Amino acid sequence: MDSRRVWLTVAVMALLGLMFIPASQLLLGIRYTYTVRVVALGGAVLGMIGAVLGCFAVLRRESLMGDVLSHAALPGVALAFLLAGRELGLLLIGAGLSSWLALRFISSALHTTRIKPDAAMGIALAAWFAAGIALLTYIQAIPEASQAGLDNFIFGQAAAIIESDVILVSAVGLVVLMALLLFWKEFKLVTFDAAFASANGFRVGLINTLLSTLIVTAIVLGLQLAGVILMVGILTAPAVAARQWTHKLDQMIMLAAVFGAFSGGAGAVISALDSDMPTGPMIIVVAFALVMISLAVAPGRGLMWRGWRGRKNRRRFAQQNALPAAAVKKLERKLEDQ
Amino acid sequence: MNGKRQPALSVDDLTVAYHSKPAIWDIDLEVPEGVLMGIVGPNGAGKSTLIKAVLNLIPRAAGTVAFYGRPYEQARSLVGYVPQRGSVDWDFPTSALDVVMMGLYGKLGWFRRPGRKERELAMNALDQVGLADFSDRQISQLSGGQQQRTFLARALVQDARIYFMDEPFAAVDAVTERAIVDILRELERRGKTVLVVHHDLQTVEEYFDWLTLLNVEVIATGLTAAVFTPENLQKTYGGRISYLKGAGD
Repeated sequence: MDSRRVWLTVAVMALLGLMFIPASQLLLGIRYTYTVRVVALGGAVLGMIGAVLGCFAVLRRESLMGDVLSHAALPGVALAFLLAGRELGLLLIGAGLSSWLALRFISSALHTTRIKPDAAMGIALAAWFAAGIALLTYIQAIPEASQAGLDNFIFGQAAAIIESDVILVSAVGLVVLMALLLFWKEFKLVTFDAAFASANGFRVGLINTLLSTLIVTAIVLGLQLAGVILMVGILTAPAVAARQWTHKLDQMIMLAAVFGAFSGGAGAVISALDSDMPTGPMIIVVAFALVMISLAVAPGRGLMWRGWRGRKNRRRFAQQNALPAAAVKKLERKLEDQ
Repeated sequence: MNGKRQPALSVDDLTVAYHSKPAIWDIDLEVPEGVLMGIVGPNGAGKSTLIKAVLNLIPRAAGTVAFYGRPYEQARSLVGYVPQRGSVDWDFPTSALDVVMMGLYGKLGWFRRPGRKERELAMNALDQVGLADFSDRQISQLSGGQQQRTFLARALVQDARIYFMDEPFAAVDAVTERAIVDILRELERRGKTVLVVHHDLQTVEEYFDWLTLLNVEVIATGLTAAVFTPENLQKTYGGRISYLKGAGD
């Protein structure tokens, strides 16, 4: 029953995705030119990859870590640009290395000092992001570099995505998803119960590193689309929405992928309406709507469902406990007589 | 070796420190094969720490541990582990059967997925703990006792020679406690060695034939009848145990 419901949701989302094209043509007047098609495809692919890896971030309670890592990517983008110019692959490698350094910084701070995780993450986020903003300001002042559009990395700009970008992120994304399939059992076990995994001979440190690397890769790929500030939304919102509909990890990830692809694609297309409109906020608006709908109506966990259940139960209990009306009348009369 | 049977577990000079304070200090322990041993001591005595250090889950400051004369790295497949129930997120999207199958992941090794054989083994283990009808239940919809029994089934399916159980009786109802005791007895009957972190002094003599009293250091270890004396309990719990005077009579 559970899995039928999930497939139904997947089908509905796919249908919505298809209907979005004519609907947006009619209502928003979007023309699906070559550029818009590329942007839509790029948005969908990136949204999907972010959402899939985001499921693990959410289940490991590392959503905010995802936020730190995406902010921390900014100085890497700027430094890579200064060293090598505007070459997407290199910018993303710079972003990844920068996030990775922040991750190492946090984990070594936790191991060697008594700083608590939230404080360590707060410090790393602020420091890396500050460095990124400083470097970007410096770059803007260089006359020939100011047109590079690096500030698109702050809030995301899907309109800047070109065909070769889509091919690059799809290829890397495919590798990430393959790795996820290959290490499925290990990732699942370590996420649920790391101590048990370790006692069973799994190299938990290695598996954690691998999973973190995949999450960082997904973040870095998504930066162009959602930007460093809102990337955390792509990681968490589809995962949270998907969790409402199912109790199985594989189904949750499949649903999150569909939600992420829909948010990413729709957000990218809407933002393509106006060249000044950043993509990140549009994606988050769509993803947040999916979260709210899921929280409200998902069977079993949804608020409406629980409200309905609660009312039904209360009525049943009330019926079981209530004295018959006649008995109440009799009691009242007795009390009046006294 | 030398005609004498290899102990299931031998611990030498084991010390673990969190920051500057030792959590367990200079532990020497020999557990013979086939005993059902309780590890008993007050809060903060280092009972869980001892188990985790023995299983290499936390770094040791000093000391060595051997399972059947071998270091842990070579004995992993012989070791089963039941962590504290509160150590995981029970809202994780998975079913009871799936959790039990996790006990077989170690044997599968890298890359291989569990298949029909693993499902059958896991179903058998669930059946043993009386949860056959709950295999498809999402784990957050299980009661505390059922969750504990799911963990136990996951350990059973490992088919280990020595089991470590961290507070399996914590916050379970009387029925579950009985069921767990029955499973422990069954394991002992099959020649397994079982170490159980335990809290309730009232049931120590009934449940365990072997006992270690712990309070940072090992106070006493051996046959329950010899170890569970008022003097040893006094030493383990300090003055806080006066109401139990005569427990060992």
